[in-house]
Amino acid sequence: MARKITYQQAVNEALDQEMARDPSVIVMGEDVVGGQGSPGEMDAWGGVLGVTKGLYAKHGDRIMDTPITESGYIGAAVGAATCGMRPVAELMFIDFMGVCLDQIFNQAGKFKYMFGGKAETPVVIRAMYGAGFRAAAQHSQCLYSVFTHFPGIKVVLPSTPYDVKGLLIQSIRDNDPVMFLEHKMLYTLEGEVPEEPYTIPFGEANLVREGGDVTIVGFGRMVHLAAEVADKLAKEGISCDVIDPRTTSPLDEETILESIENTGRLVVVDESNPRCSMASDIAELAATKAFSSLKAAIQTVTAPHVPTPFAASLEDAYIPSVDHIEAAVRKALK
Amino acid sequence: MSELSKNQLLDAYRMMRTIRDFEVRVHDEFAKGGIPGFVHLYAGEEASATGICMHLNDEDRIASTHRGHGHCIAKGVDVMGMMAEIYGKETGTCKGKGGSMHIADLDRGMLGANGIVGGGPPLICGVGLAHKMRGTDGVGIAFFGDGASNQGTTLEAMNLATVWNLPCIFVVENNGYAETTSSEWSVSCDSYADRAAGFGMPGTTCDGHDFFAVHETAGEAIKRARSGGGPSFIEVKLNRYYGHFEGDSQTYRGDNEVEKIKAEKDCLMLFRKRVTEANLLDASEMDAIDKEVAELIDESVKKAEAAAEPSVDTLLTDVYVSY
Repeated sequence: MARKITYQQAVNEALDQEMARDPSVIVMGEDVVGGQGSPGEMDAWGGVLGVTKGLYAKHGDRIMDTPITESGYIGAAVGAATCGMRPVAELMFIDFMGVCLDQIFNQAGKFKYMFGGKAETPVVIRAMYGAGFRAAAQHSQCLYSVFTHFPGIKVVLPSTPYDVKGLLIQSIRDNDPVMFLEHKMLYTLEGEVPEEPYTIPFGEANLVREGGDVTIVGFGRMVHLAAEVADKLAKEGISCDVIDPRTTSPLDEETILESIENTGRLVVVDESNPRCSMASDIAELAATKAFSSLKAAIQTVTAPHVPTPFAASLEDAYIPSVDHIEAAVRKALK
Repeated sequence: MSELSKNQLLDAYRMMRTIRDFEVRVHDEFAKGGIPGFVHLYAGEEASATGICMHLNDEDRIASTHRGHGHCIAKGVDVMGMMAEIYGKETGTCKGKGGSMHIADLDRGMLGANGIVGGGPPLICGVGLAHKMRGTDGVGIAFFGDGASNQGTTLEAMNLATVWNLPCIFVVENNGYAETTSSEWSVSCDSYADRAAGFGMPGTTCDGHDFFAVHETAGEAIKRARSGGGPSFIEVKLNRYYGHFEGDSQTYRGDNEVEKIKAEKDCLMLFRKRVTEANLLDASEMDAIDKEVAELIDESVKKAEAAAEPSVDTLLTDVYVSY
């Protein structure tokens, strides 16, 4: 039986092992060491939630604190990647994408195409996303559908410690720009993770539960809520496929469509705001490519079209809950 | 001036002449309707790209702007490929997929013309970072205009290059206009070199009509960067002859402004004058170059016109390395 570590430790281990293996892997971000240039402790934080702690002691100058200048250092990571480095830059919160988005979608994402194929930009941009921390409107968003929209960018959102280590190693070894998104509420989740390095291919969904009555597609933390609902309904004799796509770009369309062809009923659970979300994207996929298999209207469970509220009572109402998901599954079964 | 060999002087002249003739020809062909999209021409600014890029090799990398043809040519990007790219043909440097604003050749260390004002400086920090981490002595040069000098990305990059002591050179080609808006209206400082000092970065100003002044100034900055002395800032004061883009009638410029500049400060004219007066080159040698360049540009247009547009098969290719 493999040892158990947390999602956060799995991220750390992936970075550590890849940095040990390949000297072109460098890590940069705000406070990823914590304390550079300061009189006190070095590696004081190791990242705002401690995800990168300990890497400085092992890898020294290859992990660097940046000034708070996202366009500057994300752009530097992109530029270094075009020179053959493999930078892993941290955008502390996905919500900060506004201050560096050009370097990601107009520069990194488009070099290969605009330059007729010659460019390779093997940059990974890690970012925290998701609600539940009472961090409020500007520190709680999902936004992965925005990056999914951009040609030239890959988007990865692992939901388990096993997936996060394998997918991060895959992302670092991949030769395209990758947005690697970590749900902040999953950092303390424990799971079995092999000690040795391993990879998980992009575009391969994980079937978390198997069943023939309803297809539930969930993203990130929502996969766990969907599984909880599936387990509850199994006791009533309702069985669900719970699919975790793991990467939204590329997307494992085949697994999703095969499941819908089997069940005829689809529920998509996406913590994002609803407009132009992965929920609407998967609904479109089903409606256009599996229409004849559908026996019921597609159900989507998302946050409402509001910024993330602060107060606990409001945030708990904002995040899709197991009750919301269960209601949607039952609706799909009518 | 005397430190440049005869061959270097001939190369400098050839480079500037190539850029000038290329741009004038693109201007003419665009006016005839032969070129798609937008073009932004570098005519008048040749001494800047030439004086700076003459110090560079393929390991050094530059980032450019929407006005990128001059930087491309000065960095060694193939003229035939460039003309074909501007015409949107499959034989273009970017297989017809980038166009004028995105011409790049990474093999030549040319990270691309850029359609985003201020898009280049952060990328060049990355170039500097890569050289620094590998212990190689290459440099990164970010060319940008007076318009981009205020952009957040430029200022962030200047700070980052300084705090990380990166081998980067920030070159503002101040032609006095950001599209139609004068730099006097938009730039808060009188001297860009002063602004660089605010970042703790050495800054100099030079006359962009004078190849020798640019070459010397750039040489110092590049030497500093190569030897681990960190970033520098150069303001090159120059003028563009054509509009912000082709089709811009330039009504925002003064009466006969461009004519006056051409008559008094044209960089090719000034170069010829100096080298002939100092007996470094003969007029006939430069005339011969003029002829060769004219033929080269002519051939590039003929080839571009004759080439095919990219096949629709290539629409979906080269988005990712693998997907």
